[in-house]
Amino acid sequence: MSLVFERTEGLVDMPTHYCPGCTHGIIHRLVAESLVELGLMDDAVCIASVGCSVFTYKYFPCDAYQASHGRAAAVATGAKRVLEDRTVFTYQGDGDLAAIGTAETVHAAARGENITIIYVNNAIYGMTGGQMAPTTLVGQKATTSPYGRKAELQGYPIKVSEMLSTLDGTAFAERVSVHNPAHVRKAKKAIKKAFEVQTAKEGFSIVEILSTCATNWGMTPPDALNWLEDNMIPYYPLGNFKTPEEN
Amino acid sequence: MAKGRVTFREDRCKGCGLCVTACPKKIIFLNQDKINIKGYNPATVEKMDECIGCGNCAQMCPDLVITVERL
Amino acid sequence: MAKLLMKGNEAVGAAAIKAGCKYFFGYPITPQNELPEYMSRELPKNNGLYLQAESEIGAINMVYGAAGTGERVMTSSSSPGIALKQEGISYLCGAELPCVIVNMSRVGPGLGGIQPAQADYFQATRGGGNGDYCTPVYAPASIQETVDLVMESFDVAETYRTPVIVLGDGMIGQMMESVEFNEPKKRELPPRDWAVPQKGKKGEKILINSLYIMPEDMEPHIQKLFRKYDVIKEKEVRYEKYNCEGADVVAVAYGTVSRIVRNAIKMLENDGIKLGLIRPITLWPFPHEAFKDFSPETKALLSVEMSAGQMIDDVKIANEGRLPVEFYGRMGGIVPKPIEVVEKVKEIFGGAK
Repeated sequence: MSLVFERTEGLVDMPTHYCPGCTHGIIHRLVAESLVELGLMDDAVCIASVGCSVFTYKYFPCDAYQASHGRAAAVATGAKRVLEDRTVFTYQGDGDLAAIGTAETVHAAARGENITIIYVNNAIYGMTGGQMAPTTLVGQKATTSPYGRKAELQGYPIKVSEMLSTLDGTAFAERVSVHNPAHVRKAKKAIKKAFEVQTAKEGFSIVEILSTCATNWGMTPPDALNWLEDNMIPYYPLGNFKTPEEN
Repeated sequence: MAKGRVTFREDRCKGCGLCVTACPKKIIFLNQDKINIKGYNPATVEKMDECIGCGNCAQMCPDLVITVERL
Repeated sequence: MAKLLMKGNEAVGAAAIKAGCKYFFGYPITPQNELPEYMSRELPKNNGLYLQAESEIGAINMVYGAAGTGERVMTSSSSPGIALKQEGISYLCGAELPCVIVNMSRVGPGLGGIQPAQADYFQATRGGGNGDYCTPVYAPASIQETVDLVMESFDVAETYRTPVIVLGDGMIGQMMESVEFNEPKKRELPPRDWAVPQKGKKGEKILINSLYIMPEDMEPHIQKLFRKYDVIKEKEVRYEKYNCEGADVVAVAYGTVSRIVRNAIKMLENDGIKLGLIRPITLWPFPHEAFKDFSPETKALLSVEMSAGQMIDDVKIANEGRLPVEFYGRMGGIVPKPIEVVEKVKEIFGGAK
């Protein structure tokens, strides 16, 4: 028997606090495997944000910061400007990045900060119990949009990858999903590519990963994967929005 | 057809069922006769001879419960 | 060494660079703009980096990121921008990161005005951020003192692993005086083994963090911070006591206002009234010991501030109910004239002698 798959050494061997079926677990693994396979884990610096993933700093074995809500891109900027040769990445949810952190994220991208943002978009505020987020879909119910998000009252969701790709400082912006194994494999490719862009000092990289929140969407984890595919992908199209020019 | 074998680290399983949906051979199920240390029904396989070692289950497991081997 | 005539804001920058500051994260706001401008010109010549952030919030978080590496890092702003930095300062204190934050304060509340004020005393000494923390606060009264304190603040920050606030005002920022750059007294600096190192240095995993989700972990952490603050209180208090021997009234004033009080002291000699001055140089820790011994002649304390009355609270605490505590303040950016202080002292004293 040959080994096809085993637990990566890129994650600290401990149980996580995430809900059953939470795709954070998958994404943590993809980030860890990518860093290990690229030989970057020892010199990586993880900037944890505020959300369900606040304890990310426990799960990766590399040095880490815990940043205030929304500000991870600014913390990463300060760290990377000093630690130019280390792989600095943030790990942020949609509330953290697309609500309170929008300015820091846009400007880090505009400045072409040589960092990588792992952006987990599950269209809701998870940790705080399921409130509407800037990424919540029109019609989607959340605890602060109990009648379903209404465009005329609460506006429209934000497409971060498209928005950041308009900035010259953004070198790599791609949206992926983790709703089935084929897409999980594609997501890993994008994450790896983002870290390669950082290593090549080509500028700002972001991978937006469509994710589920079974608990706050009020469904079983397998149903949540289907909900993502049926509802999120039509609004948040998958694909690459920017990649460095081939020389 | 490839022959595979999966092992489950039962104490880490949260019974989420993502591996159950991911398995193309539909051989994974949550063991209703067992509760792990966290109180979940862990995922398991009985018809191991039908496993093709594709690794899809492991790709979907958020808790890295599954190790996959292939002959 | 030759003296230089320098504008306060620029002197701060020059002092910081001399003290080894390599990273400055700034944002424009009146009346401190000459400082980020100076840093943007001079840091690149000194192997350093000036980065302009998208806001004062961005800047303080960049400070957090860079300070976590152990490098000497700084930011500056004025009152409304310092208000924005409060969360960041709380995080810096919780994570025990050294840095220097300069406030060239102006009128508030709100957008207020661009003229100088001393209305950020509470903000600086009580802290506008959440939770249990303190930060050392230096209040220079001249450009020379500003230069000396800025240079020393980097050492203090690193010695105690704390942000240090240097509280000036628009006058300090804008006026020009002659300065010379002297090395601060040598301190034994602790190793930077807590910091995130450059690539290739292997060791224990480093975590820069202020989150302690379990109460049994959080309480000891806060207690550790306050043991540190006790040491700072014991070792770093600084103040000046002038003309207090046999004084009829003792004024308490800091920064530029203390210079106005000095003029009032001279003027009151003509009226036969002796006015003393306690000039706190550290606003935190506040110099409580300066208030313990007054001559039997001293009738009252007079807190003189460019505010509606903020330092007066600390004066009352230090006074411990011994003497009457009076207040004279101008607000809105109006700078009191020495004659106003003279009139107030006469009023307290009940006329000239």
